[in-house]
Amino acid sequence: MSIEVRGVTKKYGDFVALDDVSVSIPTGQLTALLGPSGGGKSTLLRIIAGLEVADGGTVEIEGTDATALPPQRRNVGFVFQHYAAFKHMTVAKNVAFGLEIRKRPKAEVKAKVHELLELVHLEQFADRLPSQLSGGQRQRMALARALAVEPSVLLLDEPFGALDAKVRKELRDWLRRLHDEVHVTTVFVTHDQEEALEVADEIVVINGGRIEQVGSPDDLYDAPANDFVMGFLGEVTVLDGHLIRPHDVVVHTLPAAAGAGAVRGEVVRITRVGFEVRVAVRPEAAPEADEVVVTLTRTFARSLGLEVGSTVWLEPEDGARVVPVPRAVPVGTLGAADPTEPSEVPVA
Amino acid sequence: MLWFSVLVLLPLAAVVVTATEGGWSTFVSVVSEPDTRSALLLTVGEALGVALVNAVVGTVIAWVLVRDDFRGKRLLEVVIDVPFALPTIVAGLVLLSLYGPRSPIGVNVVGTRTGIFLALLFVTLPFVVRTVQPVLAELDAEVEEAAASLGANQATILRRIILPSLVPAITAGTSLAFARAISEFGSLVLIAGNKAGETEVASLRILKYIEGDYYEKAAVVAFILLLVSALVIVALDVVSRRVAVRG
Repeated sequence: MSIEVRGVTKKYGDFVALDDVSVSIPTGQLTALLGPSGGGKSTLLRIIAGLEVADGGTVEIEGTDATALPPQRRNVGFVFQHYAAFKHMTVAKNVAFGLEIRKRPKAEVKAKVHELLELVHLEQFADRLPSQLSGGQRQRMALARALAVEPSVLLLDEPFGALDAKVRKELRDWLRRLHDEVHVTTVFVTHDQEEALEVADEIVVINGGRIEQVGSPDDLYDAPANDFVMGFLGEVTVLDGHLIRPHDVVVHTLPAAAGAGAVRGEVVRITRVGFEVRVAVRPEAAPEADEVVVTLTRTFARSLGLEVGSTVWLEPEDGARVVPVPRAVPVGTLGAADPTEPSEVPVA
Repeated sequence: MLWFSVLVLLPLAAVVVTATEGGWSTFVSVVSEPDTRSALLLTVGEALGVALVNAVVGTVIAWVLVRDDFRGKRLLEVVIDVPFALPTIVAGLVLLSLYGPRSPIGVNVVGTRTGIFLALLFVTLPFVVRTVQPVLAELDAEVEEAAASLGANQATILRRIILPSLVPAITAGTSLAFARAISEFGSLVLIAGNKAGETEVASLRILKYIEGDYYEKAAVVAFILLLVSALVIVALDVVSRRVAVRG
């Protein structure tokens, strides 16, 4: 294991940011710390980097106890959400910084900087100042700067958080490819479940200062340990007292096709979002309860001939993961519940 | 532009015209007067010294105000501005009573160059502090953390990351302090002693010339002060650009 965190606790006044957190980060993999804002994931990352001191617990990096080491001696590369560029230095100087402090020979520094700038596709910008780069380019520069000192672990704190959606997506793919090339143990913090699912080899879900679950993206999506993980990693709806993914609900228009436990209900709203159709159904047995939301492909919805007011029978698909509803339902409500821009599906 | 012309360019032009009216000979005769020359050298020398001290001490004070937390910080914040707010003659009076012949602490610097230096330091204190402080406060803590995680120790971070970002502010503040010091009058009248050739500064020299009805000579001295000021400000600007780019 590359990073071993044991029993780390951190408080800011009365606020408990991390509560006895222990986690192992595997060597050479891309690990995501995923969770809502204020959940403690950035604090954990900063404690690993030595930028924050834990109130208790230990941090081990590559087998050495780093708990008391200052950031300078941990050999970690850190990338910040807002780039933290050295504004008065050129791109090349920024990347060279760590090497120059280490008093490496000039020729070696030059070669390394060139190699890294090539890796992050910024070789033609070597002599520019950071202010002359776009956000995505600045972040790539920051990444090259962090990689220059050949860190044993690379830590990224919401690295794409300040970028617009398109650049974000590009950089995400690029980070994945880069990691496949460089293979340095990488930990990145994100609150975007899609980003984590798409990029990471392993995901650590953190909420309220505690670790909720650790696992591969598939594990977490298919077998969430609890209602929080299920709700955070994808959309959920409530069917018959259980949390279930909206695409795991089967819709029948005839009672004969449905199983004995199927829930009978009335379609109250149909919303078309691109390729998918979201159908909100009010269960007859419990009209006061939340509507059940089902997502179907557009084609399938058409073939069923659904209309507002039609009666349907709902049941979980075979093998679908369901989690009992806890006391308070933290259901991430779907777009279907948003009445601002409903586009009705013309059902022939 | 018009506003600027009326307020700044016109008076400046007037000084230049008056100074050059007498031609080269007046110029030479004024500069070769030993008392005037000594007054100019004294003024420029003291102003340079004061500017230098300010560049260092002002930056340190700004640092303490931004980065440190201590009791009485708010009070210090206010006190820093007092030399700005105080009419300079009052500043002179305060200094006279503290460091004059009846000094309660037994220090008498009236009529000495130390006295002039002290008075100049007093009135120029806020310049560097007030120009550096906001820039320092705006510095991104993450930039320093980034440098630390790359292996830079505190001294390296200060030298390679923080100071280069502050240099433009420090030089701007130093220029202001220098300009103020070179033209200071009010606070010096009382404490400098005004012995011609010894502790008489250029601004007093100008006053004496005018009292003696030598307008041209006064203008020549003023013109020289103007020239030195402009030179120093340009020089500092060049330094600032160099350092800022070099990193």
